[in-house]
Amino acid sequence: MSTQVLQVQGLKKHFPVTKGMVWKTVIGHVQAVDGIDFSVARGETLAIVGESGCGKTTTAKLVLRLEEPTEGKVLADGKDVHALEGDALREYRTTVQAVFQDPWSSLNPRMRVRDIVAEPLIINRDVSDQEVKERVEEVMNSVGLRPQQANNYPHEFSGGQRQRIAVASALVSNPKLLILDEPVSALDVSIRAQIMNLLVDLQKQYDVSYLLIAHHLATTRYMANEVAVMYLGKIVEKARTKDLFEKPLHPYTKALFSAALPSHPDIKHDEIILVGEVPSPINPPSGCRFHPRCPFAMPRCSEEEPQLREVSPNHVVSCHLVE
Amino acid sequence: MPRQIGDVILEVEDLHTYIFTRFGTVKAVDGVTFNLRQGEALAIVGESGSGKTMTALSLLKLQPRPAARIVKGSIRLEGENLVDKTEQEMRQIRGRRISMILQDPQTSLNPVFTIGNQLTEAIAIHHAHDEKRSLVQRAIDGLKQVRVAAPERRVEDYPHQISGGMKQRVVGAIAISCEPKVIIADEPTTSLDVTIQAQYLRLLREIQEATNLALIFITHDFGIVAKMCDRVVVMYAGRHVESGPVRDIFNKPSHPYTQALLKSVPSMDEDVERLYSIDGQPPALWDLPEGCRFAPRCPYADDRCRREYPPTFIVGKNGTEHTAACWRLEPV
Repeated sequence: MSTQVLQVQGLKKHFPVTKGMVWKTVIGHVQAVDGIDFSVARGETLAIVGESGCGKTTTAKLVLRLEEPTEGKVLADGKDVHALEGDALREYRTTVQAVFQDPWSSLNPRMRVRDIVAEPLIINRDVSDQEVKERVEEVMNSVGLRPQQANNYPHEFSGGQRQRIAVASALVSNPKLLILDEPVSALDVSIRAQIMNLLVDLQKQYDVSYLLIAHHLATTRYMANEVAVMYLGKIVEKARTKDLFEKPLHPYTKALFSAALPSHPDIKHDEIILVGEVPSPINPPSGCRFHPRCPFAMPRCSEEEPQLREVSPNHVVSCHLVE
Repeated sequence: MPRQIGDVILEVEDLHTYIFTRFGTVKAVDGVTFNLRQGEALAIVGESGSGKTMTALSLLKLQPRPAARIVKGSIRLEGENLVDKTEQEMRQIRGRRISMILQDPQTSLNPVFTIGNQLTEAIAIHHAHDEKRSLVQRAIDGLKQVRVAAPERRVEDYPHQISGGMKQRVVGAIAISCEPKVIIADEPTTSLDVTIQAQYLRLLREIQEATNLALIFITHDFGIVAKMCDRVVVMYAGRHVESGPVRDIFNKPSHPYTQALLKSVPSMDEDVERLYSIDGQPPALWDLPEGCRFAPRCPYADDRCRREYPPTFIVGKNGTEHTAACWRLEPV
């Protein structure tokens, strides 16, 4: 399986909810991620979309090994990421990097850009000063910053430039996979296109894979090859981008697309306005988790949980309506 | 009931709001002109720093004082110039005739008072002689109007007990509680999830249809413009650069900035091969370029653009409302 950079199998993360201060008792679990499978192919982008609380950020943290899974595995090159130790773990950390949403809080204000960009390299690999310097200049050039700017501090840059610094720092160790957690949503409209185009270009240049976490559907359509839609800790539908946007099957995907804002006043999306809000992941609804808000719910939906099934090549969906 | 676009209710002419700091004058709003009709939804579109929020605050004379001052221009609400009003007089106008919904419901509600308390506070200003009980009843009615379930129980909740979408509804209920003629919504849905945003926008539309309210959306999102608005004012670096009916703006954007902005937004309705991206970034408002402010980023800029700020020209035929400030539109 050399084409898969990352595989996730049956991944679960349940956070205990406790009561009491001294004698803590567990009164429930937040089922943030509840059994998901996906893989990211080399040089491709997989997007995870969903609303807040659906578990997309927890998934990213599990892949980055910032959280330990309750069950399931994250495999990189066939090795279980959460079992790595020592040098193997350091090596993993150089191959997976992240770019976060807010470039105002993700860059250390006391460090020079040179040091921010070089940090992943210095911490995880044994490299000489000269090599570091060359590598930093190289990535700064490729993200569109001048190497002379390396001595400046983050506050001297605008939002778009800061996000470029964050991308440079993520790329410095030649990673195989970048986790992009809402990489453009904190940026201004005219700057977003710059950063999106930059990310698309860098992907081709470095043959790196992206795991894109986003809630903005148009961004996803532009950047991703494959899209997984999450709802309350589960993947409800996953397909190649074009298939998903042209033929969404799950009622939640349809509702999400219909709720998205049109790109022109004459484009009218079908109006499926969902009632209510996302239920609590502490006590998710029985059966299909979407059934209390689903306009097409049947009695069976509240009793039996639908399984993910492949309905056409590479298009999986979990809904009783799609048999 | 379909909305009826009525007479002009708000006229803003050549508005200038400057912020005076020790380091120089920040020209936050530097010449903005538009009007608003009853029952209409107007969008003011721009990026951060374009002066759209300062414009909105100036309309209510809530610009941060003493640093920020309206130095020039007029704001006429039903014929009365708000610029000349005293603070005392403005208090009678805010909430009652012109009201505002802020971006972040998390911070616009007071965490130590109940929802009911905050609603009755707004209502009491205008129904000062009512008994407490009837004020609470009005608060409950207000929550019903914004479709909050079980409003009788909700009035006793504190803001932290309700979700973000519900908070934004409460803020909406406060804004409409005194039946204003104009509501300014400053990025009302940026902190909401997609499906909750759709619910909220539909609610605003329903309220607008029921009360024939005039709405101003301050936004950077062309999606909201496309879905909700009748007319658009595009702002760049403190000035309006283009304005007109929404379809004209989308079908025939005439200012290079509007054109570039529309091309740089990805679409979920079709595949885009490559997004257009505008190089550079907006100018600093304390150090504006001479001439057209977009000239340093504009692909068509020539010497005159860099020297002289263009006046506002009519786009296309005479008599349309579509105007843009660009030398390329100068009639020959």
